[in-house]
Amino acid sequence: MASVAIEDIRKNYGPTSVLRGVSLLIADGEFLTLLGPSGCGKSTLLRILAGLEVQDAGSVLIDRRAVDGLRPKQRDVAMVFQSYALYPHMTVASNMALPLRMRGLSAFQRLPLVGRLLPGTARISAAIDVEVMRTATSLGIGHLLARKPGQLSGGQRQRVAVGRAMVRHPAVFLMDEPLSNLDAELRVQMRAEIKDLHRRLGGTFVYVTHDQAEAMTLSDRVALMVDGELLQVAAPQDIYADPDDRRVAEFIGSPRINMLDGMVRERGVIDVAGSTLAMELDVIAGAHLTVGIRSEAFHFVDHGGPDVLTGSVRMIEHMGSDLLVHLDLAGVDHPVIARLLAERAPYIAIGETLHVGVRPDRVLVFSRDGRRLRRDAGHGRASIAPIREIAR
Amino acid sequence: MSAMTFPNRQSLLSSILRHAVLICTGALILAPFMWMLSLSIKPPCEIFGVSFSFWPHQFYGIENYSRALTEAPLLRYMGNGVLVCAIILALQILVCAPCAYVLAKLRFAGRKLLFGIVLIGLMLPHQVLSLPLFILSYQLGLLDTYAALIFPYVVSPFGIFLFRQFFMTIPDDVVHAARLDGLSELAIVWKIMLPMALPALIAFSIFSVIGHWNDLFWPLIVVRDQSLMPPPLGIMVFRNEEAGNDYGPLMAASTLVVMPLVIAFLAAQKWFVEGMTGGAVK
Repeated sequence: MASVAIEDIRKNYGPTSVLRGVSLLIADGEFLTLLGPSGCGKSTLLRILAGLEVQDAGSVLIDRRAVDGLRPKQRDVAMVFQSYALYPHMTVASNMALPLRMRGLSAFQRLPLVGRLLPGTARISAAIDVEVMRTATSLGIGHLLARKPGQLSGGQRQRVAVGRAMVRHPAVFLMDEPLSNLDAELRVQMRAEIKDLHRRLGGTFVYVTHDQAEAMTLSDRVALMVDGELLQVAAPQDIYADPDDRRVAEFIGSPRINMLDGMVRERGVIDVAGSTLAMELDVIAGAHLTVGIRSEAFHFVDHGGPDVLTGSVRMIEHMGSDLLVHLDLAGVDHPVIARLLAERAPYIAIGETLHVGVRPDRVLVFSRDGRRLRRDAGHGRASIAPIREIAR
Repeated sequence: MSAMTFPNRQSLLSSILRHAVLICTGALILAPFMWMLSLSIKPPCEIFGVSFSFWPHQFYGIENYSRALTEAPLLRYMGNGVLVCAIILALQILVCAPCAYVLAKLRFAGRKLLFGIVLIGLMLPHQVLSLPLFILSYQLGLLDTYAALIFPYVVSPFGIFLFRQFFMTIPDDVVHAARLDGLSELAIVWKIMLPMALPALIAFSIFSVIGHWNDLFWPLIVVRDQSLMPPPLGIMVFRNEEAGNDYGPLMAASTLVVMPLVIAFLAAQKWFVEGMTGGAVK
């Protein structure tokens, strides 16, 4: 068990800057997810944590000990890879025993044939076998120990990879997109198992993914990375409902948040797409803004007015419990997507003009450079939104 | 393949043509070989006789083969061949696998240059180097020893190239996992990379053993002592000194020398083909 501190890590590949000064504190026993689009540097950061790559600047501390000069095996971390990276020529048991054998046995004791005759080898090997069996049984792969990775299904290989990491009880678990090679159903199942594993082991987990559903369901905190920068580190519900940056709001949430151009008409009133929204913001009149409205912040109303957007229906997606209605708004070049109650479905036709009300407390406002503009003090922060949409 | 599987006459025709070409080339390559086998079981009078037949009228195999085995130290030659080929192969793998790993998986300045040098080494025919190598052997006092037969081949550019190409196809994550599991870089080579590259290893072994078992040129230059001679050199000496025009025993000796290779190749054929194409398409 250990805390992890990342201090101003920088990494360049030639002229491209992959990590631009990333700092992050991960508490002992925390499940932290590095979330971001591909190529944002999250996997590089993980490999730097593991010692597989060397940062250009900055420092990594594990359990308050700087590990920058240490080789991967000296850092007491274990990693689960996207490709599982099992050794195909070894049985499952040998795959899982290898990290223990490398640590428990001396170089002479590991020699084939001769090693077995040395004192202590038999005792240590037996202890390793017991540990491997125990770990394998807890993962439900005890019956597969004699097989080779090539004879296993994707889910079973995944478990072996997790087992190989677990078996030596590392201080920190690093997981690099461990579920992305599995099919959708298995992914949901393994997600629950990883969550359960974290609860049982209580170790510090650093989990890299580009899948926001994984990040939101698994993590204590989500660290959102874009272009080598950490944009926000927060609990899943906060990063969804209270993003600091336009890019965070756009990355999290499905369907994607609706972004509309707005202008402050006077204090407390913003012009958006031919309508007005009541928003108390500390911004001068005439300022241009971006208004972000999540699809579930809309509801049906019968006629236009303040806090109501009006548009024609372009497309309707039936999701079962609700509808995703795509609306063309006057002066907006992309459709706005509203999540509405399914019982109204029979009454909506393509091309029809529809009024949708907006809850002002659910509206996220960003300055033109992407910073979040929060409501004036006294009006309270945005309420916490339900996250069922993104946790699908 | 039966003709039933062909949907129309054109593909049947092209198949017949294809097989005809293959049979002709195969026959061309096999003819001398069959001729050797045939001569090795014929008496001298039939070898120089006017009439031609593949199968002898009088089976003379036992006489020819026993003369081949008794009149020249053929078993000694073959023993030398086994010893030299085994040591060359072991040392080649010992040198090539770590080199190939470094070139395939480690990042450092000059990596491309070093690989370029390996490629140049791959293009140089052995004959070009024979004079400097001979002088080197002389200076080191290695002439007429096993060491002279072995040392020029220890570093094999072909082996480095083949292993490097195969190691490139092994995902970096496997190397990363091994490092996290606590393996040293050399342990990664021997415990992870080489076992995973088994097809390439077997293909390389066959190439190396065939090449050095059949090598005549270099042993001819550095070895005079009969007791050190590998099989092809031994047979050549045998022809000059003992056999004269006695082709029967000579062909019997040749057959005996070639046989281990043929058997080894047939046994490892599957691996051989896989190893040669494995790196190319993955």
